[in-house]
Amino acid sequence: MNIFHRSPRTEEMEEELLSHVQLRADDLERSGLNHAQAERQARIELGGRERWKEECYQAMGSSFFESLVQDIRFALRVLRKSPGFTFAAVVTLALAIGANAVVFGIMDSLLLRPLNVPQWESLWGTMYGGNIAWQSYPNYIDLRDHNHSFEDLAAFGMVFAGLDTGKDPSVFNGFATSGNYFDVLRIQPYLGKFFHASDEHGRNSAPYVVLSYAYWHSRFHEDRSVIGRVVGVNKHPFTIIGVAPPSFQGTLVFVSPDFYMPIVNEEQVTTEGLLSARGSDHAVFEVMGHIKPGVTPAQATADVNAVGASLEKNYPKEVARGNTSLAHEGLTSFGPDLKGFLAGLMLLAGLILLAACANLGSLFAAHAADRSREVALRLALGSSRRRILRQLLTEAVLISLAGGTAGLWASVVLLSRLSTWRPFPGTAVRIPVSPDARLYVVALLLALVSGFLFGIVPVRQVLRANPYEVVKAGSSGRLGRRMTLRDVLLVIQIAICAVLVTASLVAVRGLVRSLHGNYGIDPRNTMLASVNLAMAGYSIDKVPGMQKSMIDAMESIPGVEHAGLVNGYPPLVYTAGTRENVFKTETSDLRNSNAAANPYRYEISPGYFAAAGTSLLAGRTFDWHDGKDAPPVVVVNRDFAGKMFGSVNHAVGSFYKLLDGRRVEVVGVVEDGKYQNITQDQQPAMFLPSMQSPANAFFLVVRSHRDPQQLAAAMRTKLHQLDSGLPVDPKTWNELLSVVLFPSRVATMSLGVMGMMGAMLSVTGIFGMAAYSVSKRLRELGIRVALGAQRTQVLQAVLGRTVKLLAVGSAIGLLLGILATRVLAYIVYQATPRDPLVLSGVVLAMALLGLVATWIPAQRALSVDPMMLLREE
Amino acid sequence: MTDQAQLLPGTLDLLVLKAVSLGPLHGYGVLLRIGQITNSALLIEQGALYPALFRLVRQGLLKASWGVSDNNRRAKFYELTAAGRKRFREETEGWNRLATAMTAALAAQAEEA
Repeated sequence: MNIFHRSPRTEEMEEELLSHVQLRADDLERSGLNHAQAERQARIELGGRERWKEECYQAMGSSFFESLVQDIRFALRVLRKSPGFTFAAVVTLALAIGANAVVFGIMDSLLLRPLNVPQWESLWGTMYGGNIAWQSYPNYIDLRDHNHSFEDLAAFGMVFAGLDTGKDPSVFNGFATSGNYFDVLRIQPYLGKFFHASDEHGRNSAPYVVLSYAYWHSRFHEDRSVIGRVVGVNKHPFTIIGVAPPSFQGTLVFVSPDFYMPIVNEEQVTTEGLLSARGSDHAVFEVMGHIKPGVTPAQATADVNAVGASLEKNYPKEVARGNTSLAHEGLTSFGPDLKGFLAGLMLLAGLILLAACANLGSLFAAHAADRSREVALRLALGSSRRRILRQLLTEAVLISLAGGTAGLWASVVLLSRLSTWRPFPGTAVRIPVSPDARLYVVALLLALVSGFLFGIVPVRQVLRANPYEVVKAGSSGRLGRRMTLRDVLLVIQIAICAVLVTASLVAVRGLVRSLHGNYGIDPRNTMLASVNLAMAGYSIDKVPGMQKSMIDAMESIPGVEHAGLVNGYPPLVYTAGTRENVFKTETSDLRNSNAAANPYRYEISPGYFAAAGTSLLAGRTFDWHDGKDAPPVVVVNRDFAGKMFGSVNHAVGSFYKLLDGRRVEVVGVVEDGKYQNITQDQQPAMFLPSMQSPANAFFLVVRSHRDPQQLAAAMRTKLHQLDSGLPVDPKTWNELLSVVLFPSRVATMSLGVMGMMGAMLSVTGIFGMAAYSVSKRLRELGIRVALGAQRTQVLQAVLGRTVKLLAVGSAIGLLLGILATRVLAYIVYQATPRDPLVLSGVVLAMALLGLVATWIPAQRALSVDPMMLLREE
Repeated sequence: MTDQAQLLPGTLDLLVLKAVSLGPLHGYGVLLRIGQITNSALLIEQGALYPALFRLVRQGLLKASWGVSDNNRRAKFYELTAAGRKRFREETEGWNRLATAMTAALAAQAEEA
C-alpha cells in the first residue's frame, strides 16, 4: 500500500458517505426542503464526521494500520507545509543521533567485541604495565604450567624485524608468539598452516613465519605460492608456512602485526638471552587464555596472583610483582583508559541528544501553539484527543526517523573512514571500527525515544486546549508572562551547551599545556633514526665500535651540532620505557621489597644529552672514556637526586647499587623530564653509559637546524656508506611525539566537535525562541514604537526574557561543568575548569552565542514599521 | 421523536440482518427499512449504522457491491451471505427464546398463599 495516497478503502468509505448524504438529501428535498437546506440537514444528521470515520475504521478491522497510514499521510502533509521547521528539526536530530551513533559505534567495536575470535567472552589476558613481571618468558612458562584456571595460556610480544624477501629489506612489525598462540585463540589459517606447541623443541627450533592477510595482500599480492618460501628475518632463514585469516588482526586492538613467528626463535632476531632472563620485561607483552568452564574471572585473577606470589618468593631478585588484573583480551593494554574516555564521550553525546530533544521539544511546542486553531477545529468536529495526540506523536516520530536515518548514514560513513584511517603512516596503528547490526538498532531506538521525548512536550498544551476558547480568541493569543515549559527547555539546552563548551575549552587548555610542558628534552630540530644492528647480523661485541663510527659519521654531516644515541627507545617515543629497581649501597639483599627507588633506565652515548637538548644541572656527562673497563658511572635526573640523596649537590659523587649488584657513582645530574608519556607525574630516571651495556637496537639522536628532509637524506647516505644492508628511516622527534600526544589530540578534537555541536544547538534554540517571541509580538511592538518607545526599550521588551534565560542557563551549565571535572579528568590531561581563562572563555563564548542567535530577531524587532503592521490587521 | 425507544445493546446487528434479509439494500435503505418494519419505534443513529454494516461485512455475514438506487444514485448495496442467513436464523431463535422467557417472567403474578 502506498502510504502517500489515500487507501482505496478510505476512498470507498468517503464515497459511501457521500452517497448516503445524497440519498438522504433527496428524501429531504422531496419532503419540501430546498436543495442546499436538504444537504446541510443530511450532513448534520450524520453527526461528527471525524468520529464517524474513526468508528468505521475500527469496525472494518486492522484499524491501527489504516489509521496509522492516515496519520502518516496527514503528518507528511503538515510537515511539507512548514519546510523550515521540518528541515531544522531533521538536521538537529541528525546531528545529535549521528554523534551518538559514532561514539556508540566506536564503543561497540572496541569494547563490546574487542577481538574477532571465537568465544572471545571467555578469553582473558593479563594487564601489561607497572611492576607486573609476566613480561619475562620464564615467568610465562611457570604461570602457564602452574595455574589451575586456564585451559591453556599463550603469550606474545612485539618484534620489529627486517624482512628480506628478495626485494629491498625493510622493517616490519610482528608478534613473537608462544607455539600454542593460534590454538588458544581457536582460529584456523586462511592458507597453509599455523605453528603449534608441538613445533617448539627448545631455542631456535621453529624457524616459521605466518603472514597476516593484509601483509600477504600488500607485499605478495595474494600469491598462493609463498607457502614454503624461505625469507630472511634479520638475515636468519625462516619458512613461510601460512597466512592468517583476514578477520584476525592480532591480539592488540590498535596494532595489527604484519607477521607472526614462534617466540622460541625470538633470540635470533632480537637479543641473546632474552628468553632465559627471568627479570627481563621485553619478551612477553601479554599472557592470555580461555578460562576453564565454571571458573570466574575473579578466581582466575586470584589464581594468577597466587602463582605470582610463589614466583616472588622463589626469585626475590628478579620478580618484582604488583597485583595482576585480568581483562578481556584486546582490552588489556588500553582498556581502562579507553573505557573512561569512551564513557565520558558517550555521556557528552547523550547530553547533546538531550539538548537536541529540548530544542525540538520547544520547536514542537511552538509549532503546536501555532496550530492550536487547527487542533481546536478537529476537536470541535468530534475527533478524540487521543487521536490528535497520536497524530502529533506521529509527526514527531516521522521527524525522528528521518533525522535518525540521516544521522546513522553520516555516522556509518564516518566510521568506515575511521577504520581505514592510519593515524601514523608507516606504522601498524589502526582504529578497527566497523558498524554492525547493534549500531543500527541503537540508533533507531535513540531516534524513536527522542521522538517520543520531544513529541510529548506539547501534549499538556493540547490536552488543556478548549476548542471554543481557542477558536474565539484567534491565533494572536498573548504570550504568557509566567515561566513556561518552553523557557525551562531553553534553560536546559543552554545549560547543556555551557557544559559542552566548558568541556571543550578545558580540553583545549589541557592540550596547550601539555604541548608547552617541559619534557626534559627539546624535540625541535632533533632527528631520530631507529637502528637495529641485529637486522644486519652484527654480534654484540662489534656493536660499540659500529655505534662510535655511526655517531662520528653523523657529526661529520655539515650543519649537525650534536649527535648521540640511546639504547632501546628515547623518552616519549611509542610510550616505551624500562624501569629498574635500585638500592642503597649498604643493601645486600636485592629483593624487590628492599628497593630504594624504581627509576626509568636509559643507556646513552656521549653527546646524547647535548643532542636531546637536556641540560646538565651539576657534575659531568659521559665521554668516550666511560667504556667497558672504566669504573661504572651514572647520570641521574633531579627527581632521582632529590629522592635518593636529598639534593642535587649531595648526589654528585655519591654511590648506589644497581639490580645486577654493581656499585655506580653518580657523576652528573640533569633536569627532570617526561619519559613514558606526557601525562605522568614526575618520575626518577637514571642514565648509564651505553658502552658499558651495549645493545644492538638503539636510536641515533641528531641535532641540527638543517631542513629535516635534507638532513634525513644525508643521514641515510652516511649510514648506507657504513653498512648498505641496514634499513633506516630518520624521523623528527616531534613526529614521533605525535604518537604520545595522539590521545590528547583525539580527546581535544572530539570534545571540540561536541562543544561545537552543543553551541550550534543552543544557537538554533535561542534563535528559535527569540524569533518566535518577536513574530508573536510584532503588533504589540508596532504599537509601542508608535507610542514612542526607544530602541533599547523595544529590545528589552522582546529579547529581555531570552537574554535572562541565557544567563541563567549559562550559569547553571558553568556550575555543572565545574562539578564535572572528575568526568573530564578521564578524558583530558590536566582537566581543571577552575582556570580563570577557561571560566572567562565560557562566559565569552556563551555571550557570543547569544549575540549571534538574537541578532536577526533583534534586527527584525528594530525594523518594525508601526504603520505597516496596523494596516495589515 | 420522543416516543422512539432506545435500542438494546446488540440488537442493532440483528435488526440490520433482518432488514437486509428482505432483499439487498444500501445503507440509507437499511435505515428506511428498519424505520418501516418497526413503525419508526426504534431510533437508529445514522452515524452508528455504518460501523455496524462494516463490522458485519468483516464478520462475513454481509457482502457489499456497488449498484444504482431507485432514484439513479450510485450506492453500495448489502445482502446476506450464506453465513449471514445462518446467523440470522440463530439470532432470531435466540431472541425469540429470550423474549418469550422475559415476557413470561414479567407476566408472572405473585402466588397466593
